[in-house]
Order: sequence, then structure tokens, then C-alpha cells
Amino acid sequence: MARKKPGRTQQLLRILLYPLQWLEERSGIVGGVKYFLFRKVPGDISWGHVLGSASLTAFIVQAVTGVVLAFYYKPDPDSAYESIRYITDDLTLGWLLRGMHRWGASVFIILMFLHMGRVFLYGAYKYPRELNWIVGVLILVLGMMEGFFGYLLPWDQTAYWATVVGVNLQATGPFVGPFLGSILQGGAEIGPDTLARFYSLHMLVLPGAIAGLILLHLYLVVRLGVVSPPWSAYAAGDPRPEPPPPPRAGLVAPGPRGARRR
Amino acid sequence: MNPRRDVDPHGGHGTPHEPTPTIWPVGFAIGIACIFIGLILNPIVVAVGAVLAAIFGFLWIRDVTKGIRSVPEQPVEEPEHAPAAPPLPADRGGPAMPEPGEGEIIRYPRSKFLEAATLGLGGLIGVVVTAPVLGFTVLPPFVKQGHDKIDAGAIEDFPENKYVIVTFLLKPEEGEVSRRTAYIRNNGFLGDAPSFTCLSNRCVHLGCPVQVNGLPLDDQAQTDVNEGQRVIRIPTAAAAGFGCPCHGGQYDNEGNPTAGPPVRALDRYEFSIDNGRLMLGDTYSVSEVDGTGAEAQIHSYPLAGPGQHVDGPSGLLYPVQPPR
Repeated sequence: MARKKPGRTQQLLRILLYPLQWLEERSGIVGGVKYFLFRKVPGDISWGHVLGSASLTAFIVQAVTGVVLAFYYKPDPDSAYESIRYITDDLTLGWLLRGMHRWGASVFIILMFLHMGRVFLYGAYKYPRELNWIVGVLILVLGMMEGFFGYLLPWDQTAYWATVVGVNLQATGPFVGPFLGSILQGGAEIGPDTLARFYSLHMLVLPGAIAGLILLHLYLVVRLGVVSPPWSAYAAGDPRPEPPPPPRAGLVAPGPRGARRR
Repeated sequence: MNPRRDVDPHGGHGTPHEPTPTIWPVGFAIGIACIFIGLILNPIVVAVGAVLAAIFGFLWIRDVTKGIRSVPEQPVEEPEHAPAAPPLPADRGGPAMPEPGEGEIIRYPRSKFLEAATLGLGGLIGVVVTAPVLGFTVLPPFVKQGHDKIDAGAIEDFPENKYVIVTFLLKPEEGEVSRRTAYIRNNGFLGDAPSFTCLSNRCVHLGCPVQVNGLPLDDQAQTDVNEGQRVIRIPTAAAAGFGCPCHGGQYDNEGNPTAGPPVRALDRYEFSIDNGRLMLGDTYSVSEVDGTGAEAQIHSYPLAGPGQHVDGPSGLLYPVQPPR
């Protein structure tokens, strides 16, 4: 392969990067993304710290699969079940998309709980991060509401009666419970309005609210920084401590000094 | 030096606003737990729990607010104002607007007016837009509820002392989603008025469909199409009460709960006779039924949702019901 002159390479690189520079000059977005992605985190964080990003990924999967499922789903009592059957049995890869959305819902909730457990055990909810814990709890609650409202959409016997029980559970709350039940159902009984109402909440209201809260959550994470594990002695940005020298094994001499060190 | 700079936005100068460790929340939590347990078991436990929660809640609040209530002893020294940065050019020279002189009315700056106008107009637009949206969201479930009477069929179609399963479209314009089921028994005559027992099949635990504990005779089903209500009548072999498939609630032939979680007797339809036909009206709730058949004493209440008590102390938790 013939080596090009360095001048040519740089020229080519400049041309390729020009759109990014154009964008950066006018918006500062490139710098912002770089700041977000390459910010300093403690050196001794572990795989436990990926659970938040994993939850975010699960949410994005839910959003994307949900949007394409909405191409074919019909939120109407007479055609909802049939449209779900059509997606699952007739459409190419429909079974896969519906399966991703259905199982991904559980994955989202499970990942959020694991993330919550990590944050709790590491004490990462303490000052000054209490607000982020509260925001996270709100996301979890809204995520579970997504599950409740989405469960009705297949409009089969399981979905219908599970929703009847769920709504009536809300309605047994003292004083305001019966009114809450009526608002949830869109009337005194579950009817055609209920399905459309649940669909709107499931695909517009709650995902929008969750997305907004996720942005707030991430803003607070970036502003306050990632927490070191509780046993950590140093903070984000500090140089990594020297690893201990390799132990001598019997009479075998260790390699040259510093060979195994960073 | 604070080694954990990352967690302290004040760079080590601020002190974390953490409350001092306290044990009182534990007692408070026990009190709350006692209240909940007492709601199921015994009102006395509720009272004990409330007292515990009140005492420990008070101690907790006293502990938490200690720092706020006690005025710090140290005198607040006003530090000499050394400007951190050179003053802005706007600070130099005279004020943009001369101070009002003696006897002059206090002028209202234009910027203030624009600020107030922007906020006020923005708020007004917000209210004008939000109010109909909120109303549209909340109000429709509470207005124009209810349904027409249902023509369940001629009286002769109902054999005496046997339950007939009657299903119908409560609101024909809504289609099959409004299909409801009643269990109707002809009790013969009370005096010269015909007597019927018209049970709703909605379980009063959480609203699942209660089933007949007996054999539906599907081959003898009759179908009527009355103004789109699509009524189907299925006779049953002698029913031995009713059972709910969801959580195992059981009812006897009068709708009284006999086992499981139901909190009252099955709801009933009001009925009337019109030209020899049985008409079903609104539904009402029943706490319990004494006696059987035509002589039964029905303790009736306005319709309540499933799982809601209509009598006793727990009934006080649902003083107002939405229109149904």
C-alpha cells in the first residue's frame, strides 16, 4: 500500500471533520458530548456502575420497539386483540419486536431495581445526591405504571381482568379511591374509552415524563460526579494508585523493575 | 484535606447538611406498621400504633429540627466587603435613572413593567390553555354515566326457583365490551307482585366475573335482540351458590359471602315488570341478605365499587361515590 503524504492525510481529515466543526462552531454540541462522554470518573469503579446505563439502554429499547409496534397496533376494543395477533403471527419479525417489548419491560424494571440496590449499598444516595435518589424513585414508579397501563393493550382475557382487578384495587383507597378508579377507567365501568386512555398514557404521557426525568437524572449525575466505592481512598481525577509489586514466587526472580507497572 | 472532593460541590468548604443519627424513626415505623396491622386485626392495635407513631414522630421531629430551632451562639461577623472581581462598568458612574427628588412620585421603571407584563400574560395564557385540558381529562368519567333499562325477556322464560344466566349489552353503542351478566331467579309471587332475585356477576372483592357453582345448560340457551341489547338467557341446573375464579371468593344462593375475601354480598339489579317482561335497571350494593327467596330482607345501599365496605366502620372510608 502506497503511503500518502502526511499533508494529504491531514487535508482529508479536515474535510471529513468539517461538518463536525461546523456544528461545534454554531452549537457547541460536540464539545458538550465530549464533556459528557469523557468526563473523569473514579479509577476504581466496577461493573456495578454500569447498571444505570443498562437501565437507560433498556428504556431506549422499549421506546424504539414501542414506536414501531404503534405502526400496527389499533387501540380499539373491536380490533386491538386482532391487531396484536396480526403483529405476532403475520408480520415479518413481528414476533421478535413484540417479544423484545414484552420481555424488555421486565428487564427495564429489574435493571432499575439492581441499579437502585447498587446505589443503596454504595451509599451513593447520600449528601449531596439525595435529589437524584428521589428522581430515580420517580422514574421507577413511572416505569411500573408503564407496566400497568401497557398490560391492558393486548386486550385478551388476562389483560382485561388483570386491569379490572388493578383498577378496583386503586378504587378501594379511602375517600378519593372511587374517584381515582373512575378517572383511570374513563367512566364508571371499563369500556372503549379505557383502552384508548391507557394507550395514550402508556405511549405518550409516561414515556415523555420518564424521558424528562432521565435527563434530569443524568444532569445531576454529571454535575455531582460518580461516587467511588465506599472503601475507596481516592476521588475522581486523582492519579491511579501504584499497584503493589508482583509477589515473588519461590526462587523465581521478578522481571525488571517496573515492567508490570503502569 | 477532603480526599472526596468529588462528592462535595463546595470544594471542602461546606459542611454536609446531614441530620444527626437518630433512632426515633424505628419507633415511628413500628407505630405505622401497628396501624396497618390493626386495620386488619383490631382497632385497639390501631390506637396503640397511632400513639406510638405520634410519640416517636414527635421525638424524631424534635431531633431533626434541633439544629434549626437553636439559634447559633457565634456572632455573625460581617466580613469586610472585598470585591471578588473588579466592579462591572455599569456600577460606575451615576444610576441609569435619577433618584426621585423631594415630593416627586416614585417612578415605576419600564423594565419592571415589562417583567410583570411578561410573567402575567404568560401565566394567563397558561391558565387559559390548561384549564380546558384538565377539565377534559378529569370530567368526562363523571358525567353522562348510567344506561337504559335492559329487557331481560318475558317472565315465563324464567323457571321458578332456578337461576338463569342472562348476559346483555349494557350499552349497545359500545359493543361487546359492555357485555354484562346477571344471575336471575324467579321467586314466584309475593302477594300478587312477582318477585325476582337479580344478582350482578361482578365480584365484590375486586370485580372479577363470579361463576355459577352449577351446570349451565348451554343447549337450552335463548337469544333475544332487543334494541341491540343482544340478550342471551342460559338456564342452569340447580346452582349451589357462586364462586369467583380470581381469588376464590364464594357466595351462597342469595349472594351472601360464605368464604374468601369478599367484603359484602353480591350487588343486585333493580327490576321492574313492563308488559309482562322483566326489565333490569340500575345496580345497587347489598351488605347482607337475611332469609331467602321472596321473603329475603335485603340490606341495600347505593352502589359502591368492588372491595369497598358499605356498612360498619370501614364503610366510613367511602363517604362519597362518583356517579355510576
